[in-house]
Amino acid sequence: MIRVDEKGFYGKFGGAYIPEMLHPNIEELRENWESIIATPEYQAEFQMLLKDFVGRPTPLYFATRLSEEFGAKIYLKREDLCHTGAHKVNNTVGQIILAKKLGKKRIIAETGAGQHGVATATVCALMGMECTVYMGSLDIERQKPNVERMRILGAKVVPATSGSQTLKDATNEAMRQWINNPVDTHYIIGSVVGPHPYPEMVARFQSVISEEIKWQLMEKEGRENPDAVIACVGGGSNAAGAFYHYYNTPEVRLIAVEAAGLGVFSGKSAATTALGTPGILHGSKTILMQTEDGQVVEPHSISAGLDYPGIGPVHAHLFDVGRAEFVAVEDEDAMKAGIFLSRTEGIIPAIETAHAIHALNMIEYRKDDVIVINLSGRGDKDLETYIKWGGY
Amino acid sequence: MNRIQYLFNTKKERVLSIYFTAGFPDLEDTVPIMEAIQAGGADIIEIGVPYSDPIADGPTIQDSNLIALENGMSLKKLFDQLKGFRAKIHLPVVLMGYLNPIMQYGMEAFCKKCKEVGVDGLILPDLPMQQYQDEFKELFEEYGLFNTFLISPQTSEKRVREIDQNSNGFIYMVSAHSITGARTGISEEQIAYFERVKAMNLKNPRLIGFGISDSETFTTASNYSNGAIIGSAFIKKVKDAKNLSEDIQEYIQSVIS
Repeated sequence: MIRVDEKGFYGKFGGAYIPEMLHPNIEELRENWESIIATPEYQAEFQMLLKDFVGRPTPLYFATRLSEEFGAKIYLKREDLCHTGAHKVNNTVGQIILAKKLGKKRIIAETGAGQHGVATATVCALMGMECTVYMGSLDIERQKPNVERMRILGAKVVPATSGSQTLKDATNEAMRQWINNPVDTHYIIGSVVGPHPYPEMVARFQSVISEEIKWQLMEKEGRENPDAVIACVGGGSNAAGAFYHYYNTPEVRLIAVEAAGLGVFSGKSAATTALGTPGILHGSKTILMQTEDGQVVEPHSISAGLDYPGIGPVHAHLFDVGRAEFVAVEDEDAMKAGIFLSRTEGIIPAIETAHAIHALNMIEYRKDDVIVINLSGRGDKDLETYIKWGGY
Repeated sequence: MNRIQYLFNTKKERVLSIYFTAGFPDLEDTVPIMEAIQAGGADIIEIGVPYSDPIADGPTIQDSNLIALENGMSLKKLFDQLKGFRAKIHLPVVLMGYLNPIMQYGMEAFCKKCKEVGVDGLILPDLPMQQYQDEFKELFEEYGLFNTFLISPQTSEKRVREIDQNSNGFIYMVSAHSITGARTGISEEQIAYFERVKAMNLKNPRLIGFGISDSETFTTASNYSNGAIIGSAFIKKVKDAKNLSEDIQEYIQSVIS
């Protein structure tokens, strides 16, 4: 059975390894989040916003030409059509209503590629709440359009200048700022990482993805369960959402796609399960890339959203017990897959998502298997990377 | 008897603990800095084990951690350096470090090594009390290591009492809502918190840390507790030191005098 226990563990992974200064905040969340989101009042607002603001349900699209190419029935779950361009907004809508109910006045968030930052800035604008987003200096350089989107939406973007100056450091900085402002501030974590209850809470908000896949697939194929679900994994929020209602349905294969960067063993990779070992990062026990002395290793991926040295504890558990299959896709193959999808289906995917597309070349399947790929985001934000790469 | 216990049995006021990052500014400075802290007149030495992602620390200690790692510091290296330090140092020594590097070293191997070289206590800021009780308490006790927990202005009275029950040595009172090195001076709001905790008559002594940098803040903190801890301010002194040993002694004397 894949589920979180009372102490916040998925098997060996999870928990809340946080400084005492954050204990009251985490306790407040842990004690209240489930009861708040179960209220009819909360659900009414959440469902209304998912429908009218985010644009849900997102289509489950039968990709005709892609299916012909691969000889399987391939469906794309169109999270790229969510408002702000990726699945990230499902979680920020969920958390901002929660923050409001908890009486918080300010929101902080971390962001890598900027998608979660934009999704957070968007819901803060919607609710009239003050918003500060921490972003690695290096990511600020490589994701300029998203930085400006956040600023247009009224958010303050603060560079994280420590360490590798990417997502890991932005997360450190957001945690530090939460320690500095514990009373009136809610921290909207963007992935299924961090101390309990964040991984489960974020997964729950993202679980709308697999909830919809089930009834949409029933409509189209007369069955709730596909043969396989494929999703990319950085921290793993879109994968958690796409897998959630299939965790305990063993006939559905769960395929998690990590970023191999320049090659798993090149020293420039973000393939966490291939390279990592158990450890503690950002408040939970998980699998992470580290030296034998326990220092966290700087990852590399061409996609900023997968450029993270850990994975959510639920994914560490899925890996540990063999419930999910993990594959790693290199930068170059992901870029090619992005172009391929653009030309076969008329959809330019985010580079994160392009990794999941390439995975079709790496897994075995039978003819006419029903495969759902979670199309987590669109490629607008990545135009500059596509242009720089140039192989089209 | 544990040296921390002995210290607080004999000294109840104006106890000064000094934090420094092992391997900073130079790899081999660890023991010389300890000697200077002792010679300067401090009471406890707190050695920081550097980590790539110190989430409770501000820029000063973050930078010292990164430089120490670049210099090649690791737990293995630190234990090598600490071999035999008890011939020179009689002060209680506490290791402060984040959990991950210790987990990779192996918690039992770590505790064993601490005892072997002569470490008296541990401060592991991301080890929650529950996890400590479930997994590590017996191990720490087996190796005679005292464990210090943090409390902050946000910590409820009930939890402060639980922490008091589960601590030995001393309680680390974080002076404000903050990471290390974020503040200077002590506000009235902080004083109210110090008084509130003082009035609880805890069984453990209390040391106040975060925002303590000089004689004035040390004295203010000591008025409401058994003493204080200096970290970031000390790291800055070490960083700018011309003569490491002399400058450290001079600084400590300026704080306690």
